[in-house]
Amino acid sequence: MEDLKNEMKMEFLAASSNEGFARVAVGAFVAGLNPTVDELADIKTAVSEAVTNCIIHGYEQKGGHIWIQCSIEGNLVEISVMDTGMGISDIAQARAPMFTTKPELERSGMGFAFMEAFMDTVEVVSEPRKGTCVTMRKAIGEG
Amino acid sequence: MEHKYRKEFGCLILKMPEELDHHAAEFLKEEADGLILKYPVRSLVFDFSNTRFMDSSGIGVVIGRCKNVRFSGGYVKAVHLNEQIQRIFQLSGLRKIMEVE
Repeated sequence: MEDLKNEMKMEFLAASSNEGFARVAVGAFVAGLNPTVDELADIKTAVSEAVTNCIIHGYEQKGGHIWIQCSIEGNLVEISVMDTGMGISDIAQARAPMFTTKPELERSGMGFAFMEAFMDTVEVVSEPRKGTCVTMRKAIGEG
Repeated sequence: MEHKYRKEFGCLILKMPEELDHHAAEFLKEEADGLILKYPVRSLVFDFSNTRFMDSSGIGVVIGRCKNVRFSGGYVKAVHLNEQIQRIFQLSGLRKIMEVE
């Protein structure tokens, strides 16, 4: 049996052109677990939501860096997406479906709702003016 | 980035990009609004046949254009959604506010 314990870290500029790169990179890392097409789409969508939040809300589209840390243990994938941006003062409100602080940008307020729908667990740790870390977990191959 | 569109029987058909995320949404919004102004059509069709990926940024684009078209009494629908995009439409409630084919 192949030992399924693996880890990767990446750091990139908080630019919208890197959103595609980030979700594809995580998708490629997770591909070793042979996820279904749906499972892979779930993970890519969740990563895309978290990274977009860092860019639009964390850094308000003014640059900065984003860190992604990803590990695989057995069939469990854990993905952390972190920024050192403005942080979230009210996490419960931020997670509420349809809530957005940026309606003028036509944000739907569904980012966290999608992460929660597509992953098994979503944890948010944030401090105003320090940054935000979103950690998501998903078991692969359990339907 | 250029998105394709065509006009057919008073209908504006917008070809959605392959990956409809926040990055693509920024370009698409502007371009779609320009086309809606230029061609005052009765109906707008979002054609997702080339789209493999869509996240919540895509929802904002679709809802925003719906509002603009309906404001002038127009009609909106979405066609050729793959499974992933159908799930996004379902989860976000987009399915309830527009016709999906």
